[in-house]
Amino acid sequence: MEHYTMNLTLKVWRQKNKKEKGGFETYSVNDISSEMSFLEMIDVLNERLVREGKDPIAFDHDCREGICGMCSMYINGRPHGPWEGTTTCQLHMRAFKDGDTIVVEPWRANAFPVIKDLVVDRSSFDRIIQAGGYISVNTGNAVDANAIPIEKDKADTAFAAAACIGCGACVAACKNSSALLFVSAKISHLALLPQGGPERKTRVEAMVAQMDKEGFGSCTSTGACEAVCPKEISITNIARLNTEYGIAGLTSDK
Amino acid sequence: MLNSNIPAGPLDNKWEDYKGHVKLVNPANKRSLEVIIIGTGLAGASAAASLGELGYKVKAFCFQDSPRRAHSIAAQGGINAAKNYQNDGDSVFRLFYDTIKGGDYRAREANVHRLAEVSANIIDQCVAQGVPFAREYGGLLSNRSFGGTQVQRTFYAAGQTGQQLLIGAYQALERQVALGNVEMFTRHEMLDVVVIDGKARGIIARHLITGELERHFGHAVLLCSGGYGNVFYLSTNAMGSNVTAAWKAHKKGAYFGNPCFTQIHPTCIPVTGDHQSKLTLMSESLRNDGRIWVPKQQNDPRKPNEIPEAERDYYLERRYPAFGNLVPRDVASRAAKERCDAGYGVGSSKQAVYLDYASAIERYGKIECRKHGIDNPSAEVIRQHGVEVVKEKYGNLFDMYNKITGEDPYTLPMRIYPAVHYTMGGLWVDYELMTTVPGLYALGEANFSDHGANRLGASALMQGLADGYFVIPYTLGNYLAGEIRTGNIPITHPAFEEAEKAVSDRISRLKNINGTQSPESFHKRLGKIMWDKCGMARNEAGLKEAIEEIRALKAEFWRDVRITGDINEFNPELDKAGRVADFIELGELMCVDALQRRESCGGHFREEMQTEEGEAKRDDDNFAFVAAWEFKNEGWELHKEALEFEVAHPSQRSYK
Repeated sequence: MEHYTMNLTLKVWRQKNKKEKGGFETYSVNDISSEMSFLEMIDVLNERLVREGKDPIAFDHDCREGICGMCSMYINGRPHGPWEGTTTCQLHMRAFKDGDTIVVEPWRANAFPVIKDLVVDRSSFDRIIQAGGYISVNTGNAVDANAIPIEKDKADTAFAAAACIGCGACVAACKNSSALLFVSAKISHLALLPQGGPERKTRVEAMVAQMDKEGFGSCTSTGACEAVCPKEISITNIARLNTEYGIAGLTSDK
Repeated sequence: MLNSNIPAGPLDNKWEDYKGHVKLVNPANKRSLEVIIIGTGLAGASAAASLGELGYKVKAFCFQDSPRRAHSIAAQGGINAAKNYQNDGDSVFRLFYDTIKGGDYRAREANVHRLAEVSANIIDQCVAQGVPFAREYGGLLSNRSFGGTQVQRTFYAAGQTGQQLLIGAYQALERQVALGNVEMFTRHEMLDVVVIDGKARGIIARHLITGELERHFGHAVLLCSGGYGNVFYLSTNAMGSNVTAAWKAHKKGAYFGNPCFTQIHPTCIPVTGDHQSKLTLMSESLRNDGRIWVPKQQNDPRKPNEIPEAERDYYLERRYPAFGNLVPRDVASRAAKERCDAGYGVGSSKQAVYLDYASAIERYGKIECRKHGIDNPSAEVIRQHGVEVVKEKYGNLFDMYNKITGEDPYTLPMRIYPAVHYTMGGLWVDYELMTTVPGLYALGEANFSDHGANRLGASALMQGLADGYFVIPYTLGNYLAGEIRTGNIPITHPAFEEAEKAVSDRISRLKNINGTQSPESFHKRLGKIMWDKCGMARNEAGLKEAIEEIRALKAEFWRDVRITGDINEFNPELDKAGRVADFIELGELMCVDALQRRESCGGHFREEMQTEEGEAKRDDDNFAFVAAWEFKNEGWELHKEALEFEVAHPSQRSYK
């Protein structure tokens, strides 16, 4: 792999806190290696800002290996930047070239208020899980793990849905700020497994109700969510959610 | 005297016997007992969920924006359990024995046996929660091999096992939040333990968005705050992983056990430059199928695919024929370092070895072709089928490698090098997971107890969940049964006032230094000292130098650190500064411990103590003990817990 260095112009959203109005600040960064990750490039800029006595750019990040779901930058108009199936932390600078201007914004959605700069509040996702995103089984109640065989295809599809990292890119990409891809991934994960069967109807109704209550919009059916999902969660999960929701509505006792 | 409170009786009866006689708390009393849990990784989330289910009033804290993001999520390869589903000779005893031996006889037998006993329950529990483990076509669970064992006992979900297990525990936790049994505090950091009359009675936490300090009372405090690998700056830990909670507990009287026992993982993506902020692991599961090699010729300039088979040195297979590429991590890491130091390293830095999938792709390809009835397949057809199999097993790991390096591991061997991954050391705990401060517990990676001087792969997930789901629900009751008459202590109690003031004063002091260097730059410098002198190989002179350098760094830090922003706002620089200050102090203790332990064992390799073949040379006569360090203002005092091996008798650890 050939390496190169580049000089870049960054336009970054700065916002002191939830209440104050934000705006773009322009920074130039030089001698950025193509081997750096995008966040390491921001680290370089922040180190400089600290040296200059300025407030560094606040951003969420933790594992930096694409799995915790904490990082959340809207880069050049796309959640997590230009690479498909990639989180911001796994985006590397070889995606850019010398002289590029890069625009960095936070996730934008009413249900994800900005805390500071690029950091947003995604606790609404936790509350959706609290509404029913689980199987009610207390510790110690389980039968032997091999007691119930599960078809490999079903287990694999459940796993593919369970791979969601809860980052919120789907919401950020959607013009209606819908959380349906996130919610449907959890519904699919649990509905496809026999263990999730008993609570299928109540789960989908409760999670959808909580999603609406949090202020997420309705599905646009444009597929923007699937296109930007770093874990490539399939939009077919939304179809499954709709089916589950329909059946629950028609047959639920409550 | 350290009392580890190990129950009497034969090893395989201890836990059953303990459970049969342990004190219980009745459901009505549980409702009035409050438990504080710090950290929501596998240990913390599983403990919070299980204790909430039992009826305790739980308050759980994490510094991330959601409990689902704790670093357990990044564990890749798998979780061990003695299920023997493969009929390959596994048993509770085998798992126990492998763990003790893998830990180089520096772990406590009773704890490890209990871990092996409850391992099978963990898999049952996780499947019941909907954890989508990998399955075979018959619908039953699949297993794979990990290092240091000769059976297949590792359960997995592609290369995302930690994620799936944590999501399971997280969902169980959120269910308890919904039921009102657990109160969740995200973006909160614990900054002190409040001790009243010698017992842990609460914490001081900082709300990371507002900067406000909060007081929280609890009848018991559980630290599930993970390991301290980030003391090395570069590690596979998350950026936020830190020692602060454990360190505060240490300074309030909890002894720190075996701090120098750190795990260097053999297969990580090599460092590319000074900008590097963290290192990424390539799962140990890759050693199932991948083969590790370097060229037989020093400084070989050729590309890997140009080097013929006969000119490659598969050094693990050569040195350790019985275990081959699946030797334990400490052994594999040292062997990689040995080859690179001797001039056989590859890549531009020469600090890397190859992890090659070509032969696995061919092997799987042939099997697939046979399955599909393809006669006399061409090499290309075999390859295509083989790549498909490898993709299913390890696809996400290969993608990650590709994103980070820009190279395609399906066609080129991966370049890997050892990196700091896990810390076996941690807060000293007794059999009940209680630290030396009554009412203060440590679970998961935060404690020292189960992995000795080297942890086997796929055992961290097992231990975290064992502690949270199946151990603490029993052992905590034994303590809280004596606390049912203790009412809620108001947070206006002088001990809370005093602790909060100390925390507040320290924050102001840090902020008011107004120096010139960032917290990050100090962290980097600390990491370099630790890696060079307390890393994969240690020696007396280096450790003594490191201690001096760390003391000087500490003085410089408190003189010249610069923290931008304000105290009463969201301020990651301030959070970072506090954590780096604690890491600096811990770094000194690690070197002190490494200096004291004049033997080589597991991940602790003292260059002065090695066999002629360069293997670690243990000294059971003088060092078969846990080093438990007590914090004193002027330094540390060493206490020793003697390790007695009644069942797994120490022998020279051989994987040849």
